[in-house]
Amino acid sequence: MSFVSYLINGISLGSVYAIIALGYTMVYGIAKMLNFAHGDIIMVGGYIALTAMNAWGVNPILAVVLAVIFCTILGVVIERVAYRPLRKAASPLAVLITAIGVSYLLQNVALLIFGADTKSFTSVVSVPSLVLAGGSLIISGETIVTIVACMVIMICLTLFINKTKAGQAMLAVSEDKGAAQLMGINVNGTIALTFAIGSALAAIAAVLLCSAYPSLTPYTGAMPGIKAFVAAVFGGIGSVPGALIGGLLLGVIEILGKAYISSQMADAIVFAVLIIVLLVKPTGLLGKQIQEKV
Amino acid sequence: MESMLNVTNLSISFGGLRAVSGFNLDIKKGQLYGLIGPNGAGKTTVFNLLTGVYKPDEGIIKLDGKDITGGKTIDINKAGIARTFQNIRLFSQMSVLDNVKVGLHNHHHYNTIEGILRLPRYRKVEKEMDEQAMELLKVFELQDHADYLASNLPYGQQRKLEIARALATDPKLLLLDEPAAGMNPNETQELMDTIRFVRDKFDMTILLIEHDMKLVSGICEELTVLNFGKVLVQGVTSDVLNDPQVITAYLGE
Amino acid sequence: MKKMKINKTTKNNLITYGMVLAVYLLVELFIAGGKVSSLMQGLLVPLCVYVILAVSLNLVVGILGELSLGHAGFMCVGAFSSAFFSKCMNGVMPDGLRFFCALLIGAAVAALFGFIIGIPVLRLKGDYLAIVTLAFGEIIKNLINVFFIGRDADGFHFSMKDSISLKLQEGGEIIMNGPQGINGTPHDSTFTIGIILVLLTLFIVLNLVHSRDGRAIMSIRDNRIAAESVGINITKYKLMAFIISAALAGTAGVLYAHNLATLTALPKNFGYNQSIMILVFVVLGGIGNIRGSVIAAVVLTLLPELLRGLNDYRMLIYAIVLIVMMLLNWSPKALELRERYSPKRLLAKRKEAKEAK
Repeated sequence: MSFVSYLINGISLGSVYAIIALGYTMVYGIAKMLNFAHGDIIMVGGYIALTAMNAWGVNPILAVVLAVIFCTILGVVIERVAYRPLRKAASPLAVLITAIGVSYLLQNVALLIFGADTKSFTSVVSVPSLVLAGGSLIISGETIVTIVACMVIMICLTLFINKTKAGQAMLAVSEDKGAAQLMGINVNGTIALTFAIGSALAAIAAVLLCSAYPSLTPYTGAMPGIKAFVAAVFGGIGSVPGALIGGLLLGVIEILGKAYISSQMADAIVFAVLIIVLLVKPTGLLGKQIQEKV
Repeated sequence: MESMLNVTNLSISFGGLRAVSGFNLDIKKGQLYGLIGPNGAGKTTVFNLLTGVYKPDEGIIKLDGKDITGGKTIDINKAGIARTFQNIRLFSQMSVLDNVKVGLHNHHHYNTIEGILRLPRYRKVEKEMDEQAMELLKVFELQDHADYLASNLPYGQQRKLEIARALATDPKLLLLDEPAAGMNPNETQELMDTIRFVRDKFDMTILLIEHDMKLVSGICEELTVLNFGKVLVQGVTSDVLNDPQVITAYLGE
Repeated sequence: MKKMKINKTTKNNLITYGMVLAVYLLVELFIAGGKVSSLMQGLLVPLCVYVILAVSLNLVVGILGELSLGHAGFMCVGAFSSAFFSKCMNGVMPDGLRFFCALLIGAAVAALFGFIIGIPVLRLKGDYLAIVTLAFGEIIKNLINVFFIGRDADGFHFSMKDSISLKLQEGGEIIMNGPQGINGTPHDSTFTIGIILVLLTLFIVLNLVHSRDGRAIMSIRDNRIAAESVGINITKYKLMAFIISAALAGTAGVLYAHNLATLTALPKNFGYNQSIMILVFVVLGGIGNIRGSVIAAVVLTLLPELLRGLNDYRMLIYAIVLIVMMLLNWSPKALELRERYSPKRLLAKRKEAKEAK
């Protein structure tokens, strides 16, 4: 039974990674940049929800909504101020370094406002735990909500991309910015929309992550951010289903690795699996293979 | 005359599409040979097959009597084929001189330690390389631009630099992929003279892809016309260009 | 014409060496005059470490043109392998010789890892390569934290669980103690040695760039397909760049390890954050610009310390400075404005106007 319980925990953690990875993958697909500050948006989302609930006494659902709104605006502002001016820079590294700068900035602003001490996060989930198999398998409410939320987000996002005009515009921009512009698509608007969606998802991931692992510091977002980035690459960066598969696999490998091999080496195992996958499939599990034209 | 390049039954397909099939070619030593055909006929694919960028599904490629089929690009270059590219591929952030010196790489040796410590052999070999590279640049009248970044050269000179770099590898056969693309009539005329000069001075065998019929009829001794990946006509330039099949292939029915 | 060019690069290199030497002499003068606080003196060796790291990473990022996010990993293996050696050999051989051997060992072990990591480099490109190098760095850091090595009369004992499972006899000594790292590495690093290593690194990288091998490496960066077409062995030169870069980073690690009483592998010193920090030096100093890397590493290492008075705000200011510098240096619009209003150009214009008169 313990294996099943580990597996479910892994899927739950993986669902959070998948939601974060979506933000990475969408932004990468469209703006061709690694948004290193994405993980820190999670941290911001966590603090906003926490403050809303504890200091302002807002109910949990509304707190989540507030966090989503705040992060969405934050994401769009960051894109406008720090990334857009560098979109046509001579080296793609320029915007990467700027994203690192933004990451430091968010961490240090949080440090100034909220302090370095660990804040304990109150779970926003009021769903009761599910007791199965005569009490030997308990699935917490947080786990259930996380997995369901991930599935709902995936379905909504897939529908959005495939069925709406804005979603189609995203696909067009990710294929070829120049051609999309010639077809009358507002490229800047589409990229801003992508950042908005990615950041909103980060806020949701923040609340889910903090509900399951209830401690919050200005550096909370960094490691899940990196892991989600790994998940995105794992699944094939730029691919939405890839982010889901990458996230879930990563979560399961991490939890099972912790449980059965070594808790200190869980991260090393995750990264080792990533390297092996990339050596076999150099563009990730679902990534497109691009042949260079001579 | 002995043959420099002999290709028999060369074929390759990409995902079911026969890009080149049953391609035969025989080029004599010192010949100036043209490969022409409508867009998408598979001309560049032939170049990529000859230089090992693609591995052929079947067929044999012989260079100067030696079988080089399926070899790696760098081995084929060492065996004696050098090329230029349709979309210019220079080392854009390096100087004009250094571009040619990269071409000389395999003909001048000193090891890494000698290079880092600047031992006497480094100085001697670098001096030889500089001299030889300048010599080549002079052929293309680029000697005054040796210090420029390659990307700062005007288009026509970039094409010439690419040829100079290819020649630096001391090939037996030079492949030129649309050398006159984007040039005005004066530049093209000048390029024709240069290609002839290169053939005579270096005793070179040259195979070129070109759309400019003036250049083709002006300098190529023999032609192969490719259409839909297959050889349409082969032979002496004037005969080929007057062949009704060729006219149809270019102009349509 | 040609001669002028060679003179120009030689002159450029001499300026770089001269700059480093001048800074060294100035600092030594100030120290002799008692004008340097102990806090600043403590920064001198780390400063050399960062300069070496930045210059060596520039070899991969700027000269080879591949993005690596695992440079701290090479520093980490260099640091631990050499500290291990020094601790074992402490008192067995003369200090100077021991440190020299430690340097060679650190560089050699890091070079070996550079070779291992270089293999995926041959298959992967761009961001995929970046993430693999990041993963390698994290794995190395993670593994170091679970290594326990001890020594007693029977020889070496090894465990990946804890120090008790080493089952050391009476009088045995733990050399590497998992997360507690290596304690009591001899303090061999000095500012002078640091500067010598900086100069050596510069010498190796600058001379490599202007040699036959350096040209081959740069040709791969500029156009891989064309490089292959003129017979450049891509595998060989990519690996060469990676191995030399790793060996130099390993040397930086040796310098770092022998400057500390306790060496531990924390995310702060050997994690991806550190690798990114080194990358920031390289990008800010100018990709492919070796002297720029030196300056950026020095300025950005000193900046948080100079801002120490501002305490809580210093990292915030650092972040803002980083973002603003990137925007000013790389945004096409900012570059255009700079071009238009640059003093050189305004002067030239004025001169033109004068001549027209």
